[in-house]
Amino acid sequence: MHLDPRAEQKIVQTILWLFTLMTISVLFFIIVFILKNGLPVLNIPFLTANPQDMGKSGGIFSTIVGTLALTILAILIATPFGVGTAIYLTEYTRENRVTRVIRFGSECLAGIPSIIFGLFGFILFVNKLKFGWSILSGSLTLAFMILPTIIRTSEEAIKAVPRSFSDVSYSLGSTKWQMVTRVVLPSAIPGIVTGIILGVGRSIGETAAVIFTAGSALRIPTSLFSSSRTMAVHFFILAREGISMPNAFGTAAVLVIAILIINIVTYRIMHRFIRKYR
Amino acid sequence: MKIAKEGKVQIRSKSKFLTLIFYISLVILSSCSRSASQRGLIVAGSTSVQPFADRWAEVYMQKYPGRIVNVQGGGSSAGIQAAKLGSAQIGSCSRELREDEEDLYETVVARDGLAVIVHPSNEISDLSLEQVREIFAGKIRNWKGVSGKDKTITVVSREEGSGTRGSFQEMVMGKVRIFKSAIVQDSNGTVREIVANDPNSIGYISLGLVDKRVKALKLDGVLASEENIFNHHYKLVRPFLFVTNGPAKGEVKNFIDFVLSQEGQEIARKAGLIPAGEGER
Amino acid sequence: MKNLQRNEKLVQISLLAVAFSAVSILAIITVFIFEEGSPILFKHGIKNFLLGLNWYPTEQSFGLLPMIIGSLFVTLGALVIGVPFGLGCAIFLTEFSSRRLRQIIKPIIELLAGIPSVVYGFMGVIILVPFIRKTLGGPGLSVLAASFVLGIMILPTIISISIDSLQALPPSYREGSIALGATRWQTTKMVLLPAARSGIIASIILGMGRAIGETMAVIMIAGNAASIPRSILDPVRTLTSNIALEMGYASGEHRQALFATGIILFIIIMILNWIANITSARRKA
Repeated sequence: MHLDPRAEQKIVQTILWLFTLMTISVLFFIIVFILKNGLPVLNIPFLTANPQDMGKSGGIFSTIVGTLALTILAILIATPFGVGTAIYLTEYTRENRVTRVIRFGSECLAGIPSIIFGLFGFILFVNKLKFGWSILSGSLTLAFMILPTIIRTSEEAIKAVPRSFSDVSYSLGSTKWQMVTRVVLPSAIPGIVTGIILGVGRSIGETAAVIFTAGSALRIPTSLFSSSRTMAVHFFILAREGISMPNAFGTAAVLVIAILIINIVTYRIMHRFIRKYR
Repeated sequence: MKIAKEGKVQIRSKSKFLTLIFYISLVILSSCSRSASQRGLIVAGSTSVQPFADRWAEVYMQKYPGRIVNVQGGGSSAGIQAAKLGSAQIGSCSRELREDEEDLYETVVARDGLAVIVHPSNEISDLSLEQVREIFAGKIRNWKGVSGKDKTITVVSREEGSGTRGSFQEMVMGKVRIFKSAIVQDSNGTVREIVANDPNSIGYISLGLVDKRVKALKLDGVLASEENIFNHHYKLVRPFLFVTNGPAKGEVKNFIDFVLSQEGQEIARKAGLIPAGEGER
Repeated sequence: MKNLQRNEKLVQISLLAVAFSAVSILAIITVFIFEEGSPILFKHGIKNFLLGLNWYPTEQSFGLLPMIIGSLFVTLGALVIGVPFGLGCAIFLTEFSSRRLRQIIKPIIELLAGIPSVVYGFMGVIILVPFIRKTLGGPGLSVLAASFVLGIMILPTIISISIDSLQALPPSYREGSIALGATRWQTTKMVLLPAARSGIIASIILGMGRAIGETMAVIMIAGNAASIPRSILDPVRTLTSNIALEMGYASGEHRQALFATGIILFIIIMILNWIANITSARRKA
């Protein structure tokens, strides 16, 4: 069938435009639906009270605490290793077999499904090391999961710093370490922070790995060894068991808003960062 | 950007290491300073028991401030494992202990009826045990096979290893396997959700969890009610057990005593369970 | 001066150690999963495990085939939705839209990637499943529902990597083609897509990896029946759901069987990742 190429293009263009529109509408639909049903539930009592009655009433405060604890600890653990790896890969070696192995390890880690992390965390942290279902087990597992993300984005960020910076630093007589810590890193911070924030986003939404390592206790965690429930886990349980649809929506709304904020912030930072060095 | 003197440089690189060591020691220190007792009593196991254990824990902790009880899910088998290994002081389970688990110490804290549920709009209200078995075995696939509408039955079951499924298997199915194409969900609440939304479905859940959104079937003419459990007419009853490694002592005993006390049992009854002392087979 | 040198060496060595953290973690995970899961593979035989039809772990019957097929069907279904829409969006955004439009839409698509999988699963349960049940029949919890939701979930992966591949092509490709009188679409169809082929294939394979590895959303909407689905309206269980459903309850051999499921999953994903790496490496070469 020989269509006039211009006509064919018009048709294809319309179809592609339609596809894109549909894809975006799905996203909008999800966000609008969650927010429409969840925002009415959000009020100060909801956010500051603890769940009562398995979550049927009360608020989600302890889950917010749990989420924050797990996420912050995971970031604290993963960042030094992630940034360190990135520094090593960019500043301290050339491309060789060793770096390829390191990158391969990181890429593979990134592809492992979260349930496997959950399994692993369960066996190693909860059982073998006897940490039990705890924030410690959960955040260690999460840290492993977000490590590749931090490595990847930190590497990009460090690579983006112009060579002229390091050249000037050397010419003034600094050591490599000085150059890295006082020149390159500070300039790469926005990019690194982006990676961290992406890691935060991933941790917040993670459920499979968290349920098997941090458990699902409803009380506010009192120590690193307390079990704790994150918002994602709470939402999962509420929604599936039909305990309270309004509360489920409320929790989901908090999650979605958090993700929205994270994405906007990341976008802003990346934008400024790129513009600085273009 | 200044180039530091030699001395300062050494401090700089040292400070990076120190930060790293700081993180690590933070983790290690926290682990050293926490002993098991400060973690509180851990009750882990059956998801059927969990909501009730949580209620008991809530009231217990209100009554005795300073005492901590942590309730986890994980499932009956996991709870028994946990009790055996010591990762939980109390393992909760919703089925009888098996032979290889008999060396653990069990305390019946409540009894729970097992209800076979359908959607409220389903005209069927009564089935024989035989029919239920055939349905869950996959032999009867359509509601018209039990004098209902001409619709395929959506069978909903629990996952392997669940105490609820174990009890159902033992009391209803016997040697017959639940058929492969049954939908599987991993908690009572989820099963209830599905049955509440699918007019052609059938499932089994804890009697204590039956609410207006599902209908509990009469089995062989007997309604699933507390009364019928007391007078032994309704046969599907299973124990909720708290399992411990050896007889309960100290904190563990305190909590179990509370659960078995009048107050604790009243909480159970209000929540839809059968108090431990009654309904025994 | 010597102190400085020594410090530098120290720093380099410690960074090297740190850099191996990712690899070591990968190694530890692999070791653990294999250690926990292999005994049962040897005891029951890999063939029985992979090809067995019956999964009744409490009765020592460990046939994984229904789940393997389940994962396969659901992933293929996800690709059926993910690839046309994903590729379509990518092409639209790179070849048929202005820079402005691209700058607005790209972040939106990245947002799609950030939504937690449990929210996707939830939407599936509340909206998609009843819809399928009422209009197409069956319990609603089905291959169709799972494929649809997974398809949406892998869109961002396919879109962003395809966009990168297309944008990485030298402008001379486009310019040359237009200069010869081709329309933009003809250019895309006959020049750009073939040239970006390996990157696009890599994106699809990564999307596959994501779909196979997804757990929470699938548990919520697929029905989890341990049998081979005979139509897209039948419920299905994937390898990931198998692990997640029974993990909490399992002990002894049952648990080993779940780890063995993990091994199979792990191997499949590693193979997919490796293929994706090779395909995109070929592009760079």
